[in-house]
Amino acid sequence: MAVNRARDGAPGYALTTLESMVAWGRKYSLFPLTFATACCGIEVMGALGTHYDLSRFGAEVVRFSPRQADVLLVAGTINYKMAPVLRRIYDQMLEPKWVISMGVCASSGGFYNNYTVLQGIDKIMPVDVYIPGCPPNPEGIIDAVVQIQKIIETGAPRAAERWPIK
Amino acid sequence: MGLVLEKLAARFGPEIAATHSNFGDDTALVRRERIVEILTFLRDDPGLLFDFAMDLTGVDYLGEEPRFEVVYHLYSLRMNHRVRIKVRLHEDDPVIDSAVSVWSGINWYEREAYDMYGIVFRGHPNLTRILMYEGFQGHPLRKDYPKAKRQPTIGPEE
Repeated sequence: MAVNRARDGAPGYALTTLESMVAWGRKYSLFPLTFATACCGIEVMGALGTHYDLSRFGAEVVRFSPRQADVLLVAGTINYKMAPVLRRIYDQMLEPKWVISMGVCASSGGFYNNYTVLQGIDKIMPVDVYIPGCPPNPEGIIDAVVQIQKIIETGAPRAAERWPIK
Repeated sequence: MGLVLEKLAARFGPEIAATHSNFGDDTALVRRERIVEILTFLRDDPGLLFDFAMDLTGVDYLGEEPRFEVVYHLYSLRMNHRVRIKVRLHEDDPVIDSAVSVWSGINWYEREAYDMYGIVFRGHPNLTRILMYEGFQGHPLRKDYPKAKRQPTIGPEE
């Protein structure tokens, strides 16, 4: 984005592309859908609360309708019974959409190496950002949101474009 | 031998394979053929009055024969005594009569035992999986269920 301010006080002008203008608006108005199934959901509440204040990054308007959400924040253990529900919610979200896999349970099954837990949600949907931790602290969530903002700003390919991972 | 086991042995002597009262817990290992009669007797006898079926569970003794075991934990609120009834089932025929007609509250316990061990309760009004979903393959608490076995998911083919 190029900005030129006239020295004589006359109105200046800005040069940009429509894509970067849209991306600039998008990155500061991410509406997350928190799919909280375990203790990670508590940390999401902490991140959204006053102390960590995720609204500083424009991502505080939590939408529990997938039709209105931009980011799917999967916070918690996903078992096989829940997997079709999660996939349905992902399919219901409008493009463009991003997915954050929060915590080791959502990312890899974590220590639930058993007959009932899905071993990572990237088996059923593309994931843009993984947050490590059990549970991650709110800084991790903020970092993930900033990573999503960087993806939007730079126009980097989303995970959906290189999924499934072979 | 406690009072409960004495009454049970007097009434159903040939049906009872073994009894013990370790640590004061009366336990009877019975044959499966007349299990509903035995449970009805335990519920209705004026000196027993087991009105509360606290638990029913399955056990998998892999490598033994009979392989499976169904365990009933019964309690009498009025008499304040307990008894444990066990039934062994063979692997090739893990079928036992349902006790839902005796205590309706045992309905979900039998479904759980069916779900986890594949024990079939004959005459159960709705013998479907209760914890796992319909498409789940296998019975996960069986000892020969592979630890690393994964269920098919809705994702792309690997």
